[in-house]
Amino acid sequence: MFRAKVLIKRRPSILDPQGKAVEIGAKHLGLTNIKNTRIGKYIEFDVDTIDKTEAEKEVSNYCDKLLANPIMEDYEFTLSEWTPSEKEAK
Amino acid sequence: MDSFGERSEMRKPKFGVVVFPGSNCDHDAFYALHKVLEFDVNFLWHKDTDLKESDVIILPGGFSYGDYLRTGAIARFSPIMNSVIDFANKGGYVLGICNGFQILLEAGLLPGALLQNISLKFICKDVYLSVENYESNFTKGIKDKIVLNLPIAHGDGNFFADENTLKELEDNNQIILRYSSKSGNVSNEFNPNGSLKNIAGIINKNGNVLGMMPHPERSCNRILAKTDGSLIFNALVNNIYN
Repeated sequence: MFRAKVLIKRRPSILDPQGKAVEIGAKHLGLTNIKNTRIGKYIEFDVDTIDKTEAEKEVSNYCDKLLANPIMEDYEFTLSEWTPSEKEAK
Repeated sequence: MDSFGERSEMRKPKFGVVVFPGSNCDHDAFYALHKVLEFDVNFLWHKDTDLKESDVIILPGGFSYGDYLRTGAIARFSPIMNSVIDFANKGGYVLGICNGFQILLEAGLLPGALLQNISLKFICKDVYLSVENYESNFTKGIKDKIVLNLPIAHGDGNFFADENTLKELEDNNQIILRYSSKSGNVSNEFNPNGSLKNIAGIINKNGNVLGMMPHPERSCNRILAKTDGSLIFNALVNNIYN
């Protein structure tokens, strides 16, 4: 089993009005050094296979076709192996 | 001036209005097309794959799947959409309104993407739209009317496409509607949501798929004193059957 952690960011060329609005809040907080706030998405899920290549392929497919829109977003992900029994033991 | 559009004698076309979980303009579309314009209309459930012999498919406005992830992203994978994509690829007429436009983009039936409005606000108001192409089957025959007055109601209507896509849209005359002044002046001042080049509606290269943010179905009834939306529906029906 793999745990996938996906980070989705707006492409640098695309304006992020939400990031800009949040940054106004930072200014009001008195945080004067905060610059270039950009808001993205973080998604995590499990991939039920022991084959890492297969897991990577499936996660890429999920990202390309559904989780991210390549017209406006870039994504990156990591996979970490774990076994259900370990988790249950915790 | 009466802007209802010419209605010549014609075969009655069948419209299919897709109902996704979270669609909320499906009944408006049904009402406008069936009760006002007197076409045959069927609702098409998102879990079905049968288009019920529809001649024109409407993807209505709303918040399909709660707009989760991105607008239209999940609706695009509904079973009915495989049939709609096949239908469109074979030349069938598809009109996506608001959330329907977002779904068409996610499905790859139209190029580009719709981002959050630049103001971050949900905008609900009437706008003027310059008709940029009178040759499409959705607009041919409404030439005497240069500017349409239609309502918009969206939070994610900020059209974006990369440079190459924009050039292709312009070169192929695929831009159908742009936000404008009452007299048809297209400038930033009349851009409600930050859309690239004031784009409000585009068609695909084959001219059988139209996506638009404004709501023609909310502007069909004389009782509401707004009927510009009927121009688009009547133009389409006249052009595909006559």
